[in-house]
Amino acid sequence: MADVPSRVPLEACDYAARFAAPLLDPACTTPALVAGPNSKRADKRFNVYRNNVTVSLIEALAATFPAVQRVTGEVFFRAMARFHVRESPPTSPLLFEYGRDFPDFIARYEYAQSMPWLADVARIERAWLDAYHAADAKVLAADAIAAIPAERLGGIVFEPHPATRLVRSVYPAVTIFAANRAEGPVSRVDNAAPESALVTRPDLDVIVRRLSTGTDILLDALLRGRPLAEAAEIAATQCPTFDLAAGIAVMLEAGAFTAIHQGG
Amino acid sequence: MMTISTRAAPELAPATAHFPGYDIGGLAGTSFKPQHLLAILEDGEPRGFFEVHAENYMGAGGPPHAALARLRQDYPVSLHGVCMSIGGPERLDKAHLERFRGLVERYEPALVSEHLAWSTHRTTYYNDLLPLPYTAATLARVSDHIDEVQETIGRPLLLENPSTYVVLKESVMSETSFIRELAKRTGCGLLLDVNNVFVSAINHGYSALEYLADFPLEHVGEIHLAGHKEQEDDEGERLLIDSHDGPVADAVWTLYQRVIRRAGPIPTLIEWDSAIPDWPILKAEAEAAQAILDREAAAILDERVLTHG
Repeated sequence: MADVPSRVPLEACDYAARFAAPLLDPACTTPALVAGPNSKRADKRFNVYRNNVTVSLIEALAATFPAVQRVTGEVFFRAMARFHVRESPPTSPLLFEYGRDFPDFIARYEYAQSMPWLADVARIERAWLDAYHAADAKVLAADAIAAIPAERLGGIVFEPHPATRLVRSVYPAVTIFAANRAEGPVSRVDNAAPESALVTRPDLDVIVRRLSTGTDILLDALLRGRPLAEAAEIAATQCPTFDLAAGIAVMLEAGAFTAIHQGG
Repeated sequence: MMTISTRAAPELAPATAHFPGYDIGGLAGTSFKPQHLLAILEDGEPRGFFEVHAENYMGAGGPPHAALARLRQDYPVSLHGVCMSIGGPERLDKAHLERFRGLVERYEPALVSEHLAWSTHRTTYYNDLLPLPYTAATLARVSDHIDEVQETIGRPLLLENPSTYVVLKESVMSETSFIRELAKRTGCGLLLDVNNVFVSAINHGYSALEYLADFPLEHVGEIHLAGHKEQEDDEGERLLIDSHDGPVADAVWTLYQRVIRRAGPIPTLIEWDSAIPDWPILKAEAEAAQAILDREAAAILDERVLTHG
């Protein structure tokens, strides 16, 4: 049987190419290889497939980005998602991986320019789903660094938990995300301060925290594998009010790490 | 501090646990939807089985695996793949096949199935079950794909008949002959979706009963039942859509009863994948199928007693 595929003529197998081409391209007519029974016309019939493909992918984006949809309303969201689906259809059969390019698409989507913070809300939602499906792992105990001698503290390197994600924003993205994922009415967001989101999943629940400025800089450096002293210096330089002890406490409580190592 | 949480989920089961080897013979089941888990566990005496779409459990960890592991402790599970693209001309995706194998090993499902359809071409995943022409070339190609899946997972696959909306003009075999030949060449079992039979029969203007008469029922290891929607084709004639968003139609129940009468009490699953109702409604659909299966099992027993008693 192993040699059969090589004997199959290529043209006998291009049905998929001919069928697929028009699926996401409304300008493309019904492919000639299909018909209704008794050679009936098949435009509406073929449109069932076009509709299944496009609508199910729009719904996949709506399921991943519910806060974005709540902000924009369903009609706006579905129009925006349809453009994205046609431009960047999924490349993996795992739909929970789809939508990684959607935040960048939103950032350049013409009709979303009046909501410059919307792409960051989408980034938090994408990070939320990544945390949801991330590998299970034990989190570093909150007192783990208490046992480390003071002279070695600066050299330690933190190993991120598989679920941990940091989304930094110059907009109040966490407040907008939280308001639009919660039940009940959304009140006006007057806060204009930049907000960074720390997304973790210490057990089964995904948790999104607002990180203070400074702590987000510290975490960003730690997630890049910088030793604690170096990361703390970066944070203190960029944010003079930065409180190191409080920052570490927040990250440990959130379960952002699984282990610590002594750096080189 | 502000937190956003998922709904509380039951305790995590160890990933290395081995699960009970429940018998699935003669049982009815439903699609498993995580929002039903607590209601299912509170329901008392477990009977029946649940089917999951394999791809929803291909993440590394988190609530999906916790829920499925908990469910699997009490119930047999059927693993139903929806995007292996077995019916496509291209080589199977090795990484996807490996993920599929991993799930079979981890959850020890009672049944493992996939579709006679394709969903990926080149680099694009279309998220739909797309049709293929039935020719000598596709028969050879699909046989190879089934062989590869079965060799990888180390057990037979049940292959599901599709619902279709168009005819592929190059087809030279009937769907039933194509499926029979696949089962003969690969030794695979079959998943007979009775709703798909009805949907395709209406859409293509043939008799569902004749299709079933020609279907190799001796290879069927599972039956699917589901709801469908109605639209119109270009000539204003009835076009049925396999939508899985409502109760099983009366006509499909009638066909199902005939199949069970002929083939015996084959494990039967109610599929419901969108506009998902509360658990009691889904459960009632499964109970209706279970009643038909139980009646047939009792009739077979009666016949035996009368013949040999």
